[in-house]
Amino acid sequence: MRLIKAVIRPDRLNDVLKALYRIEVKGMTVSRAHGHGGEVETVETYRGTSVKMELTEKVMLDIGVSEPYVQSTIEAIVGAARTGEVGDGKIFVIPLEKVVRIRTGEVDSAAVTPVD
Amino acid sequence: MISAPDTAWMLVSTAMVLLMTPALAFFYGGLVRSKNALSTMMMSFIAMSVAGVLWPLIGYSLAFGEGNAFIGDFSMVLARGVGLEEKGTIPHLLFFAFQGTFAIITAALVSGAVVGRMRFSAYLAFISTWSVLVYAPVTHWVWGGGWVDEALGALDFAGGAVVHVNAGAAAMMAAYVLGPRRDFGRQALIPHNVPFVLLGAGLLWFGWFGFNGGSALAADGIAVLAFVNTMLAPAATLLVWTALDLTYTRKVTAVGLATGIVVGLVSITPAAGFVSPTSALLIGALAAAPSYFALKWRARTRLDDSLDVFAAHGLGGVVGALLTGVFADASLGGTNGLLYGNPGQLLAQVLSVLAVFAYSAASTVVILKAIALVIPLRVSDRQERQGLDIVNHGEEAYSTGEGALLLLDDEVPGVFEVGAIDPDHDAPSRISA
Repeated sequence: MRLIKAVIRPDRLNDVLKALYRIEVKGMTVSRAHGHGGEVETVETYRGTSVKMELTEKVMLDIGVSEPYVQSTIEAIVGAARTGEVGDGKIFVIPLEKVVRIRTGEVDSAAVTPVD
Repeated sequence: MISAPDTAWMLVSTAMVLLMTPALAFFYGGLVRSKNALSTMMMSFIAMSVAGVLWPLIGYSLAFGEGNAFIGDFSMVLARGVGLEEKGTIPHLLFFAFQGTFAIITAALVSGAVVGRMRFSAYLAFISTWSVLVYAPVTHWVWGGGWVDEALGALDFAGGAVVHVNAGAAAMMAAYVLGPRRDFGRQALIPHNVPFVLLGAGLLWFGWFGFNGGSALAADGIAVLAFVNTMLAPAATLLVWTALDLTYTRKVTAVGLATGIVVGLVSITPAAGFVSPTSALLIGALAAAPSYFALKWRARTRLDDSLDVFAAHGLGGVVGALLTGVFADASLGGTNGLLYGNPGQLLAQVLSVLAVFAYSAASTVVILKAIALVIPLRVSDRQERQGLDIVNHGEEAYSTGEGALLLLDDEVPGVFEVGAIDPDHDAPSRISA
């Protein structure tokens, strides 16, 4: 099992979700995030005060998947989130020690398998 | 004789001017950080109570009582003798109410200079004292038969000097006496809700039709002139403001646009019933640059007039008052200005602005220093970091409700518990231990 953490552009979220649903990856947690990568900072002006926005709005997906799904999940995200411009985001893949489905008490692979 | 149409228009105008104070709350509230949103809006709203109660108690009498050239008298204390008898063509009581709404918004305007750091109790003490000792006498000078009107002959149609120069001067000195916010100039302090700022500016413009149009005190041609000028001047200001914004930042900003509307409204206030619509366009256009550059410059100084009351209202009021002395046209009902061969009018305008500015600035310093002897003017550093919404009001503007646990009656910390009202203690409503 792996935890896939993906940081993507907010405007790519809908496409990424569609791509993930297409490969039957339906369980995830989505959160708003702020980050800083290689992109150029935007400058905003309020009444003569200029401010540099160092942090860019991002969306973070946390997806726990069993081994057979790891590669296809990564490909789905990369395919849908890429624009080719700086700031497309990152995917982190982390080993996952244990997963428990709270409703049933199922653990590990059983807990990340979609419910029919 | 009391005129029904005049009375009807003045009733509406009075309500419109009162609406400007909540409008100002939105304008100011949007410009601050979210942790100070409520406290900033409360500072405007509470003026409707404080200045609104002091007006019948004593303010009106000091402003419009016979008195001498400098101040009214106590003849109408507690609104004694203010009834349905005629004052011009409207009931005296209505004139009293209309003028009361001006006292309220003037006090509220000053709050823009002290947001994010002033103790609420000190603020209440300040605007109460200020509206009696500064607003009332200055109103007497200009509108109550005082020396600016009688001896000097300066023109101020709807309060360029009385309201805006007055509030601007007080704001500048209040910001100076209080000192800057702790993180002013160190952190980017950016507006938390620009749509609120636009909403406030729009409502202010609407209310201003009552402010200027109502200052004719009748539903007549002068009211129409003032009304139309109130429509035109900000439009011209916006055009110039937009051009300046495009030149200096390459983008037309929404906060800039909202500010431009207010500057335009302020600038036409003293002139509204005295100048032609073409002159109104010129006054509006000419008012943009001084305020625009003052805003840019002020942000680089240590003077934390946080919401630029001086740059927008003070300077806009000065420019408007001076240009009234240039563009006033006797054929429209007032006196002639410089352009119509009466340079003396401009001099009168200069003197009236200087007098109001000096009196308001000096009195503000004295009042604040006196209050500081009794209560500290500022909250503690730690409370300032927390934000005044929680510290002064025990509320948050944008609470998610997550993690909010209901306290039962016996768990609520009492007002008299040690620390609960200690100024340097954390806000009692936040249970941190």
